Amino acid sequence: MPESGAARLERVFRDAGRPLFVPYVMGGYPDMEASRRHAQILAAHADIIELGIPFSDPLADGPTIQAAGQAALDGGTRPVDVLDIAGDLRDGPPVVVMTYFNTVIAQGARDFLAAAAAKGVAGIIIPDLPVDEAAEVREAARAVGVALIALAAPTTDDARMAEIGTSAEGFVYLVAVTGVTGGEMTMDDRLRALVDRARRHIPVPVVVGFGVRTPDQAAEIGGLADGVVIASEIIRRIGNAPDPGAADDAVDAFGAGVAAALRPYSG
Amino acid sequence: MSVNMRFGPYGGRYVPETVIGALDELTEAYERYRDDPDFLSELGVLLGHYVGRPTPLYRARRLEDAWGIGSGLWFKREDLCHTGAHKINNALGQVLLARRMGKERIIAETGAGQHGVATATASALMGLGCRVYMGRTDMQRQRLNVIRMRMLGAEVHPVDSGSGTLKDATSEAIRDWVTNVDTTHYIIGSAVGPAPYPEIVADFQSVIGIESRAQMLEETGRLPGSVVACVGGGSNAIGIFRGFLDDADVALVGVEAGGEGPSGRHGASLALGRPGVLHGSYSYLLQDPDGQVAEAHSVSAGLDYPGVGPEHSHLRDIGRVTYVNATDEAALSAFLECSRLEGLIPALETAHALAHVRDGAAALRDGGPVLVCLSGRGDKDVDQAGAALGIDASA
Ligand SMILES: Cc1ncc(COP(=O)(O)O)c(C=O)c1O
Repeated sequence: MPESGAARLERVFRDAGRPLFVPYVMGGYPDMEASRRHAQILAAHADIIELGIPFSDPLADGPTIQAAGQAALDGGTRPVDVLDIAGDLRDGPPVVVMTYFNTVIAQGARDFLAAAAAKGVAGIIIPDLPVDEAAEVREAARAVGVALIALAAPTTDDARMAEIGTSAEGFVYLVAVTGVTGGEMTMDDRLRALVDRARRHIPVPVVVGFGVRTPDQAAEIGGLADGVVIASEIIRRIGNAPDPGAADDAVDAFGAGVAAALRPYSG
Repeated sequence: MSVNMRFGPYGGRYVPETVIGALDELTEAYERYRDDPDFLSELGVLLGHYVGRPTPLYRARRLEDAWGIGSGLWFKREDLCHTGAHKINNALGQVLLARRMGKERIIAETGAGQHGVATATASALMGLGCRVYMGRTDMQRQRLNVIRMRMLGAEVHPVDSGSGTLKDATSEAIRDWVTNVDTTHYIIGSAVGPAPYPEIVADFQSVIGIESRAQMLEETGRLPGSVVACVGGGSNAIGIFRGFLDDADVALVGVEAGGEGPSGRHGASLALGRPGVLHGSYSYLLQDPDGQVAEAHSVSAGLDYPGVGPEHSHLRDIGRVTYVNATDEAALSAFLECSRLEGLIPALETAHALAHVRDGAAALRDGGPVLVCLSGRGDKDVDQAGAALGIDASA
């Protein structure tokens, strides 16, 4: 029996002994080959890779990820192609796929999850599948060794935090802001209290994302949480690069910068 | 009594965690106020004195003759509601709920602009701030309603993503809600979205069915043989159908947008889609094999939507309602016939129901009187229908 995705993820947190860096790559943006390269480049700096499968109507995403996803779809990106990128990263950091629920159920959740598992995917994040709707998918995912990563938000009350904690595996993705992706978080007492509340109710590692833009912000989050997700900022840097080589360099430099910002927490 | 979250397997709450608390709050508020005498009396007074309810039941004798419906053709005149369509029934009910929940800001999406106008109207009346999301394409084809909303003090926010139609406007409204959920109530405009919205909207619209059932009995001494309504998200249809669901002998027919016809683009989710998740609920959906939501098409902005309310999906599966569709072309010609023979310019959405009555007359009339939900008037459509039909204001 191979190690489950949940066990692999939890082992990465244990072994690192410092907050983890979880960069996001949108599969198929700006094109399939480039996203494959960006995933490889980030693998050298990251502890976990969040791999986005584009969806036509991403309700939790702001303009940056929306536009990237639409560009990927316009380029003909399909879920199977994105899962191939996960297959390439088998010997690297664990991959957590992020996509919306309709992508998962379009051909049947069981088949989708089995295909992801076959590519070595460790976990899946489905932002429009709240904990009360998730039981069936969580079981189907668990059966093939994929962890369903739950989300919690600033508006999640204590009772719900505890409910999320009860079934959580791998880690919990804590949304730093009341809003969609692509804004900017601010480290303040509210955010500190939120992370604190989440950690009290949730027994697995807590990773914070939404609105984290700079290595300094990542380091601030690292002082509180078990990991930090950065998504829109990476896409923005890719979009601003004048050519593919410059985009690769920008991804590399940014990834190295965030990893360095989190390193002082080691040991 | 607890609020319906599912209709058979359809419905649910497939939304970001951030708004779950607000959906719980709305559910609680609705459970608390739906039978509350003060709430019902405030709504009742507004429906009577502000909206103009009960709306009349009218017998369309000239169309009966033209279309060969000897059994009788009756219109439930929602076009006579203040603001020109049934949408105000829901907008007023929800604004009253929002006020009781202490929300200071209202947002809505709109396609044809009728829900946007209704929400802007209700917000003006209650002194609440209002922002309406509307696709760029729809702002052009329903220009007059954009002007009305702005006159009423609402902010109309253009949406450029996707095809700039109702689906995109709804996504953007949900993103606003996710961001401003503490202060804002989202008034969804059709019987769609995450629970409890489909139930709340259906309940506020069920006044159409309750009134028309009693009116049919009074005018004709019997129930209709069939009830026909157009289906975008399905709020006017579920509103009238709910009056007759338990009357097994009354045939219920929903008419979706057939668009360019079976080989072209359309909005016929129930006929040609398969179940999936869009905008928070599981329901029939136009989508590709990977689950990417397809762009719908209809000449009418209000039916140009790839999804449909979850209760309709259930009623389809259990066979209680038959869902058909009418093409752009059929709707436009019915629009003109109704205008010329009855002196009633219907909304383009409504014209789809009329087109089916005309084209399916032989089957419908055998069952007895035909009742149509005349969901709205066509003032908003004169630019677009005029262009399509070659009618303009030049000398
Ligand atoms: C007059 C009219 N009828 C019907 C519709 C379709 O919506 P629903 O299916 O919710 O009744 C609209 C929507 O804008 C409308 O304006």
